[in-house]
Amino acid sequence: MMNAWIVGTMVAVVAGVVGFFVVMRGSAFAADAVPQGAFAGAAGASLIGVSTLVGLSVFALVGALGIGLLGRRGRHDVATALTLVTMLGLGALFLSFTTQYSAEIFELLFGQILGISASEILPVALLGLLCIAAIAVCYRPLLLSSLAPEAGEARGVRAARVELLFLVILAIATSMTLPVVGALLIFSLMIGPPAAARSLTARPGRAMALSVVIAVALTWAAIAASYGTDWPVGFFVGTGGAVCYAGGRLWAVRSAARRRRGTSPIEEVATAGAA
Amino acid sequence: MTGLLHAVFAPGFFASAPVHLALLTGGVAALVSGVVGTFAVLRGQSYAGHALADISVTGGSGSYLIGVSPLLGFAGVGVLAAAVMDMIGIRRPRGRDLATGIVRGAGLGLAALFLFWDTTHTSTTGVAVSVLFGSMFTLSPTVVPLVIACGAAALAIVAVLQRPLLLSSASPDLAAARGIPVRAVGLACLVAIALAVSLAALTIGTILSTALLVGPAATAMRLTRRPGRATVAAALIGVAVTWLGILLAYDSFTWPPRHGGWPVSFFVVALTLAAYVLAQLAGRRPAGRSFAGRGSGGRGSGGRGSGGRAFAGREPAVPPPGPAQPAELGRARAAEFRMER
Repeated sequence: MMNAWIVGTMVAVVAGVVGFFVVMRGSAFAADAVPQGAFAGAAGASLIGVSTLVGLSVFALVGALGIGLLGRRGRHDVATALTLVTMLGLGALFLSFTTQYSAEIFELLFGQILGISASEILPVALLGLLCIAAIAVCYRPLLLSSLAPEAGEARGVRAARVELLFLVILAIATSMTLPVVGALLIFSLMIGPPAAARSLTARPGRAMALSVVIAVALTWAAIAASYGTDWPVGFFVGTGGAVCYAGGRLWAVRSAARRRRGTSPIEEVATAGAA
Repeated sequence: MTGLLHAVFAPGFFASAPVHLALLTGGVAALVSGVVGTFAVLRGQSYAGHALADISVTGGSGSYLIGVSPLLGFAGVGVLAAAVMDMIGIRRPRGRDLATGIVRGAGLGLAALFLFWDTTHTSTTGVAVSVLFGSMFTLSPTVVPLVIACGAAALAIVAVLQRPLLLSSASPDLAAARGIPVRAVGLACLVAIALAVSLAALTIGTILSTALLVGPAATAMRLTRRPGRATVAAALIGVAVTWLGILLAYDSFTWPPRHGGWPVSFFVVALTLAAYVLAQLAGRRPAGRSFAGRGSGGRGSGGRGSGGRAFAGREPAVPPPGPAQPAELGRARAAEFRMER
């Protein structure tokens, strides 16, 4: 149980930070596709008998690079969809080769945080630190190219390169979070809390901090609820993320109605994106 | 000669009833997905299509729980989710993806719960696999009328709304100026996508139904710039890919490493990808290259917004309505299709 709290907290912090950029950049599809595709890597790893984390990382990286490179030529959402589908097709093939039971597949897809062991904490912590460090180093270019790509280009921030870098960070975050909350629901943790935070505040730094706080609170509540009811964690994280977002939107609408004037540019971007 | 025939079509392929059923339902699903997928790709809604497929897991797993036909669950929840996505009502591509994601997250949370109940309260342990990866060879013949009805409904929506859909995809502002209810048309398109996706979800599995929706349509758009031709080409490619996939899967029963056969989903996806890559290689012409720079800015969908704004500037001079295709529409289509390259 202690392990679940520790790992859950680390995952929530990383998801809150990375998710902030996912929301700012509008790359929800990529944030969705990388974890789901990486799930196939776990199936492949169990087939050849290496650690699941290795399989996840390899597939997450390949997926991120595939999305980034294919997306340069042609449409981005099509490239993402095709990359995802290819990885999942491989996953289906791997699964048909192994004799694993559906319970384990269910676990990989929907997560099993309560069953995490102490030896799994260290790799997750290292990958999490790597992620946060990468974000810290590239904070300004990432933010600039997310908010104003044209201004970023003018200052010499190469949008395509930043995009690729961001996808790689996303891949690292994915491989650490996947065994914990599961492939299909990492995404809720990366989208719900940051989206809510962005509705609540206009400043990037504050929004990121708030996003981390909401993500951690959501994860803790989900673990406690899951422990109490024995229902899957994914259910509480998924629906909780949507509730956070709905709450954030409501608050944003009400506060926007309260003060019609004096909005800062970023808030305008935020509300325009949400409207 | 017979030896060659047997090498291609493993003995029993044409006599097996499950194969007939798989060919029929798979063909219908591929046809409908190809046609609807053209519009999904055109409108930049590949993600919505994928999310709706994922969300229909909720319907699929829920239907096992209360004991109704999975297709009914798939389609019902899919249409409901499409309505919710539209209700959140996010127009700009960036925010739209976010809304799609939120709905998807909530839907999957419920799916996790339903699947959990499926596996614990009833003894149907294979549900997770069957819902996610499909069960083409184990379909029951009773689903055929439902499959055809859903497919026909999706096709009818697209056929009736073809013109307004194309115009509102290319330039929402121009469409609005012409009195087209852009929002209602968008919702109808989402419903059509949801129906098509639930069909594909039933045949090649929820996750991989994205392949039939996006793959053939994207391939067709590499081959031709005209929406009509692209629709037909996408349907043909989809059906060809699905049937070939079924054939290969049937043949693979004798392949290594295990005598259980390779999954249909794998073959369909591999063939789809191969078709896309081939089309990309074939379609790389000098004319398309000049636009590559525009599309390479990272987000393809961003370009559409600026295109729409360009038309909005010209909008006050309302073009005279007439039976002939207006020049704007032609230009809008051309601009839209050039964006693909």
